[in-house]
Amino acid sequence: MSVIQVPVGPQHPALKEPERFILHVEGESVVKVDVKIGYAHRGIEKIFERKMYIPGVFVAERICGICSAAHAVAYSLVVEKVAEVEPPERAKAIRTIAFELNRIQSHLLWLGILAHELGFDTLFMLTWRDRELVLSLIERLFGNRVTYGAVVPGGVRRDISDAAAKETVKVCEKIIERAREYLDLCLSEKTIVMRTENIGILKPHQSIALCAVGPVARGSAVRFDVREDEPYDALELLDFQMVVEDGCDTLSRTLVRVKETEVSAQIVKELAKKLPAGPIKIRLPMKLPEGEAVSRVEAPRGELFYYAVSKGGDKPYRMKVRTPTLANIPALCEMLKGCHIADVPVILASIDPCFACMDRVEVVDSSGRRRDLEEMLRRRGV
Amino acid sequence: MGVLSWARAKSIWVLHFNSGGCNGCDIEAVAAFTPRFDAERFGVLLVPSPRHADALLVTGPVTKQIKDRLIRIYEQMPEPKFVIAFGTCACTGGVFKGSYSTCGGVDKVIPVDLYIPGCPPKPEALLNGIAELMRRVRGG
Repeated sequence: MSVIQVPVGPQHPALKEPERFILHVEGESVVKVDVKIGYAHRGIEKIFERKMYIPGVFVAERICGICSAAHAVAYSLVVEKVAEVEPPERAKAIRTIAFELNRIQSHLLWLGILAHELGFDTLFMLTWRDRELVLSLIERLFGNRVTYGAVVPGGVRRDISDAAAKETVKVCEKIIERAREYLDLCLSEKTIVMRTENIGILKPHQSIALCAVGPVARGSAVRFDVREDEPYDALELLDFQMVVEDGCDTLSRTLVRVKETEVSAQIVKELAKKLPAGPIKIRLPMKLPEGEAVSRVEAPRGELFYYAVSKGGDKPYRMKVRTPTLANIPALCEMLKGCHIADVPVILASIDPCFACMDRVEVVDSSGRRRDLEEMLRRRGV
Repeated sequence: MGVLSWARAKSIWVLHFNSGGCNGCDIEAVAAFTPRFDAERFGVLLVPSPRHADALLVTGPVTKQIKDRLIRIYEQMPEPKFVIAFGTCACTGGVFKGSYSTCGGVDKVIPVDLYIPGCPPKPEALLNGIAELMRRVRGG
C-alpha cells in the first residue's frame, strides 16, 4: 500500500495552538511523523537580553500561560544564584504554594482536554468547573488568575493573610476529594480506559533514550522528578512522594497526572497550615556580579531548565530556556509510530503539549546551507 | 433591525485562532465557554472551520511565521465577518513588542473590530466583548 501524507495544522480543530504535523499514513496506521515547529516563536531569549533582571520575570511568566508560575520560579532561582542571594523562608513557602497551585490547575485543565479529545465532553466541563475553584483561589492569593506576577527574584510581592491561608486549606481539601473521584473515574469508566489503555506505548528504555521528562517519563516507570532529585524552595522541608506508573501507555500518563493533582494539593495544604513567619522579600542589587548559573524545576509538563550568563551590569548577557514539551517531542514521534490515525489526537494530548513554550527558530539559507542563528541576527542588526 | 441582523446577533459563531500567544489568553477564552461563565447561552459557539465562522477571535502578537496563515484564514471567512483581538499581545504586541519575530498586534495584519485588552483578559471581559459585538450586529 502506498504511503499518503496527511498534513495537520497549523490551524486545525484538534490543535489549540499553531503547529504543523505531517503524518505519513499507510492505510489506517501512521508510519512516520514529521513535526514542523516555529509558528509560535516570539524571540523571547533575545527579549531577555533587553530587560533588566526584575522586569525580566514578567517576560518569563509569559513564555507559557499555563505553567506561568513554573517559569517565574525557575527564572527567579537562576537570577538568585547569579546574585548569590537566598530568599526568606516565608517567601519560599509562598512560592511553592503558587507553584503547586499552578500544577493543580494545569493538570485539571489537561484532564479536561484529554476528555474532550476522547469525545467525553461531560468530563471536560466537570474538570474545568473544578479548575475555577483553584483559579478563584489563585486570584484571591495573588491578584490574577493566569499570570500571577507574584514571584520575583528575591522573594514574592504579595503576602498571604491568615484568612487566605485558611481558605487555601479548605479549597485543597475539596480538590483532594475531587482528584480521588477523578482517579476512580479514570480507572473504572470504559470510555476512558478503552481509548487509552495500550495506546501510545513508550517503553522505559525508549523513554530514557529519547530523554522524555515529566509525567511522560513517570508514566513509563522512569523515576525522574526534579522535586525529589534536587528539591528547591520549600520542597526541601516536605516529605514528597513521587508518583510513578508502569503501564507505559496513555492511561498511565493520565493516572500520573491525576495522582499528582492530589499530591500537589496535599503539599499546598501542608504549607498553608504552617507558613513560616518573617519577611517576604529581600532586595536584589540592581547590578549583578559576573557569573553563570543553572536552575531546574519540575514544571507541570516536566523538567524546566534555565541557564543565565551575567557579564556584570543590570541585564543578562544570555538567558537560555529549555522547556519540557521540546524534550517530549522525540518521544511523541515514537509513540505515534504504528498507531491508528483515530488515536493521534489522544496520543498528542497525552504528552500535554505546550507549543507556546516549545517553539524555537531554525534558520535555513535558501541555498540549503544551515546558518547559525547568531550570525543571521548579527547581519540583521538585532 | 431586520430579521437577518436579529438572527445574526443571536448566533455569533466564533473561530479561535492562536497567532503565537502564550496560551494564557487561549485558556481564558475557552474558560468562557465552560460552566461558570457559559458563553453558549448567548448563542455563541466555538467552531473548527473558518468557513462556518462569523467572528475570528485572535490571541497572540502574530508571529512572522503565522502571518500568512492568519490572512488566509481571514479571507476564507464569509461576509459579514468580525475580528476580535483578545489580549494585550493581540491589541498591541504586549511584552513581545519589538521582537524580531512578531508583527506587534493583529491590526498590523488584518482589520480589527473589537479590542479586548488584559494579560490575559478575564472570561468576563470576553462576555462583555461578545455583548458589545451583539449590539453592533443588531445595528445599535
